[in-house]
Amino acid sequence: MSKPKVAFYWCASCGGCEEAVVDLAEEILQVVEAVEIAFWPVALDFKREDVERLADGELAAAFINGAIRTSEQAEMAHLLRSKAQVLIAFGSCSHMGGVPGLANLFDREEILRYVYEEAPSVVNPQRVRPEERIEVDEGMLTLPAFWEGVQTLDQTVEVDYYLPGCPPPVGLIRSALQALLTGNLPPKGSVLAPDVALCAECPRKPTKPERLALKELKRPHQVLIDPETCLLAQGLLCLGPATRSGCGAACIAGNMPCTGCLGPTSRVLDGGAKALSALASLLDATEEAEIERILAGIPDPVGLFYRYSLPASLLHRRVGNGERLREGRSS
Amino acid sequence: MRAHEIYPNGGPRIGVYVCHCGLNIAGKVDVHEVVEFAKTLPFVVVAREYKFMCSDPGQEMIREDIREHRLNRVIVASCSPLLHEATFRRVLEQAGQNPFFFQMVNIREHVSWVTEDPREATEKAKALVAAAVRRVIFHEPLQRRRVPVKDHVLVVGGGIAGIHAALTLADAGKHVYLVEREPTIGGHMAMFDKTFPTLDCAACILTPKMSAVAAHPNITLWTYSEVIQVEGFVGNFRVRVRRKPRYVIEELCVGCLQCIDACVYKDARFPDEFNLGLGKRKPIYIPFPQATPRVVLIDPETCIWFKTGKCKRTCLEACERKAIDFEQQERIEEIEVGAIILATGFKTFDARRIPEYGYGKYPNVYTALEVERLVNAAGPTGGEVRLRDGRVPKRVGIIHCVGSRDERFNRYCSRVCCMYSLKLAHLIKERTGAEVYNFYIDMRTPGKGYEEFYDRLLQEGVHFIRGRVAEVTDWAITPEEEGKLIIRVEDTLIGVVRRIPVDMVVLAVGLEPQPDAEEVRRMFNISCSKEGFFLERHPKLAPVSTFTDGIFLAGACQGPKDIPDSVAQAGAAAAEALALIDKGYVELEPNTAYIVEELCSGCKTCISLCPYNAISFDEVRAIAVINEALCKGCGTCVAACPSGAARQHLFEDAQIFQEIEGVLAYV
Repeated sequence: MSKPKVAFYWCASCGGCEEAVVDLAEEILQVVEAVEIAFWPVALDFKREDVERLADGELAAAFINGAIRTSEQAEMAHLLRSKAQVLIAFGSCSHMGGVPGLANLFDREEILRYVYEEAPSVVNPQRVRPEERIEVDEGMLTLPAFWEGVQTLDQTVEVDYYLPGCPPPVGLIRSALQALLTGNLPPKGSVLAPDVALCAECPRKPTKPERLALKELKRPHQVLIDPETCLLAQGLLCLGPATRSGCGAACIAGNMPCTGCLGPTSRVLDGGAKALSALASLLDATEEAEIERILAGIPDPVGLFYRYSLPASLLHRRVGNGERLREGRSS
Repeated sequence: MRAHEIYPNGGPRIGVYVCHCGLNIAGKVDVHEVVEFAKTLPFVVVAREYKFMCSDPGQEMIREDIREHRLNRVIVASCSPLLHEATFRRVLEQAGQNPFFFQMVNIREHVSWVTEDPREATEKAKALVAAAVRRVIFHEPLQRRRVPVKDHVLVVGGGIAGIHAALTLADAGKHVYLVEREPTIGGHMAMFDKTFPTLDCAACILTPKMSAVAAHPNITLWTYSEVIQVEGFVGNFRVRVRRKPRYVIEELCVGCLQCIDACVYKDARFPDEFNLGLGKRKPIYIPFPQATPRVVLIDPETCIWFKTGKCKRTCLEACERKAIDFEQQERIEEIEVGAIILATGFKTFDARRIPEYGYGKYPNVYTALEVERLVNAAGPTGGEVRLRDGRVPKRVGIIHCVGSRDERFNRYCSRVCCMYSLKLAHLIKERTGAEVYNFYIDMRTPGKGYEEFYDRLLQEGVHFIRGRVAEVTDWAITPEEEGKLIIRVEDTLIGVVRRIPVDMVVLAVGLEPQPDAEEVRRMFNISCSKEGFFLERHPKLAPVSTFTDGIFLAGACQGPKDIPDSVAQAGAAAAEALALIDKGYVELEPNTAYIVEELCSGCKTCISLCPYNAISFDEVRAIAVINEALCKGCGTCVAACPSGAARQHLFEDAQIFQEIEGVLAYV
């Protein structure tokens, strides 16, 4: 009997998700034992034609990491969707848009102008910009289209499962593979992680007071962080209460607050808004000025509350106000 | 989730009823059009209109349809759910349906009364009906819960209101704990000489009630005690009371007062609180002769033994019953009660806050309460009105509205000052024959016999000058003003500024909330109005209830009021408490929040947010737990729960989203 075929692909991502697969260490050998890797451009020499040649549904599963920003990424997503029985959004970027999704704070024109004209390191007197099509002597050259905004994978194609995390924790990858191989899968559309918030598995949970009242918000570089005490209790913005568990509180073990990469639980419509409302309730202030002072401890609210999820959120992207934003950035 | 997935047996069958409410709704909303529209909505089996849905025929119409059309969901579009939600839920119950398969649409307060254009009003009503139809599909059957009620009552505050409430309940056979902060009950009323308008002797009518409290088998009286903690909920409050040490064993002391005579201080030399410092007392004392309980106490601040550890302690020897105990410690009592009546009273306005009236600067400026003590036969002067230098005043000015009806302090009228000023004017004139001037803005004498009393004073020759006093000064500009206090006032009836020289000024200070009203409010989990008095649940229809079930208000802690009103309110509060505990149980609305245990991460975010202290942390399971009996269904925790583990009956996400989408889909 032939082994089930799987594919790995990356879109707008950093490569960390591929690392996470390799982090399976010697277990990866068992994976290779059990499946046939039909497509994994990062690690092995495959071409797009190799996928096109497959029959529809011939892949048992396809794992796509990275967000969708270009026409090429979208094409590959559609191609893999048609070839795979099970399509898995792998990692925060394909799940919720991820860090590349923060580009939705700017429109396409702003990004191209900054990157090709205004960035301090750029020397481009002719203001040359990449073109989707250009005629050269040798013929027509094309580049993928750069879209107006970033999308999640499921805003592009139908997704069966989500493996969350930046990158997905090895434990979650292992159990997801197990589930796939045994066919013991949860309902379609599930996020393959526990549906309880991180505090449940946080070793510092007993040190969190029942009544927390924060007079000041701190950022990790500003304080010496006590390695035992709940980070929120120390005034650090830990998103653990609003984030799925499943990572074993890895960041907290590294004495850093949770930044929310596993996303909200299934009951929550907009993780950033939820985290914001939960945090607001912890602030100990009644005067307007006092509130302003405390909130000054959050210089980048979108970057904090939607670090991994802006495209998936109700906000999705910034509309208008591009000029104002640029002015704010230069000042 | 689709409706037919939840209800495989044919799914929801909805009846929609649109009320005309006479012309209240039908005058603006095209009711017929709303009904026709409702008929087009999914799962709506029957839609009707009626003049008054809340009337008996209106209710019967719904009951009949439920039977005939096998309705399992009902929507009534009429007035506010506050008015008739209970009515229509009962209709469902009578027809054998779970009462929570009901949704009320408010097309009166939210639509017809507040929308000008009839077209817009009709469209709005349709959108709201569409929202309710989508919502009610997702309703679930819920059960009301019954919780037994403890049949003891706590009354906090032993003034006339607390005394009356305690006696009423005790007479009805309920056990009452009466807790009073001062060493004696009686409150402000015990300080008065006479009461207006009948000029009854205050002590003569109050002290029998005080003795009745002390003697009543159903009353546990704890004076010199304070409530320090309140937990629990309606019917089941757990209260901790701190009993301060009086250094005299209450059960042994018979009030013979021999210890006071025996005190090493031969003369009383410390300012006496009960007489507002106008008299003196010893370190071992009784506040006043009819103090209840009649038990002495030692003030450790002035007692030589407590201050230096060196004293012959002659009081010890004098006490035959060995009641004096210098080692006494404070005690914490813990009680369980079903209802609580707060009767914590008021404080008078601090006249020093109006420096131009000279209180604290000129010795002959008095507050009304001080004058109450001066005219009291049991007071420091034996009832003779004498100035601090012993003179009898020949001319007395009473300034009304001190701290009341004044933008700078309190905007409200303190209600009692006009009447007590008249009373004091009468008493001063009676005792001294002095000329008495009242300086008033408006005379406010509504009440049985009050206006007649005012007439009587006018006939007695008391002077009334209409105008707010500008200042009280000792700066004489004519020889006859020398050595007097001059009251400067614009007499607005004759339009001139006058200077009235007097020997004595009485400031009719207003009533204010107790200085610790805010802490008390927090401890009992009730609300205060903006001036700081405890807030009643409804100014007209629930005047002695609070927003916390099982806690009632009596007397001036709810707002300035005189003795008859305080007593009436105390009776009402006692009746409310009695109605609650006599029933034996409370029924709890099921629209409470709940936590899905296996989904709770134990992040504790919700715990401090609950305004009713209904959430606690279960250390064993490391999750948050909601006490449903305490939960009022405000939804704060549900909105705040960062992982969506806190939910609320009747406000499930699916129900709310369907409702929103219903409105939006229609628009």
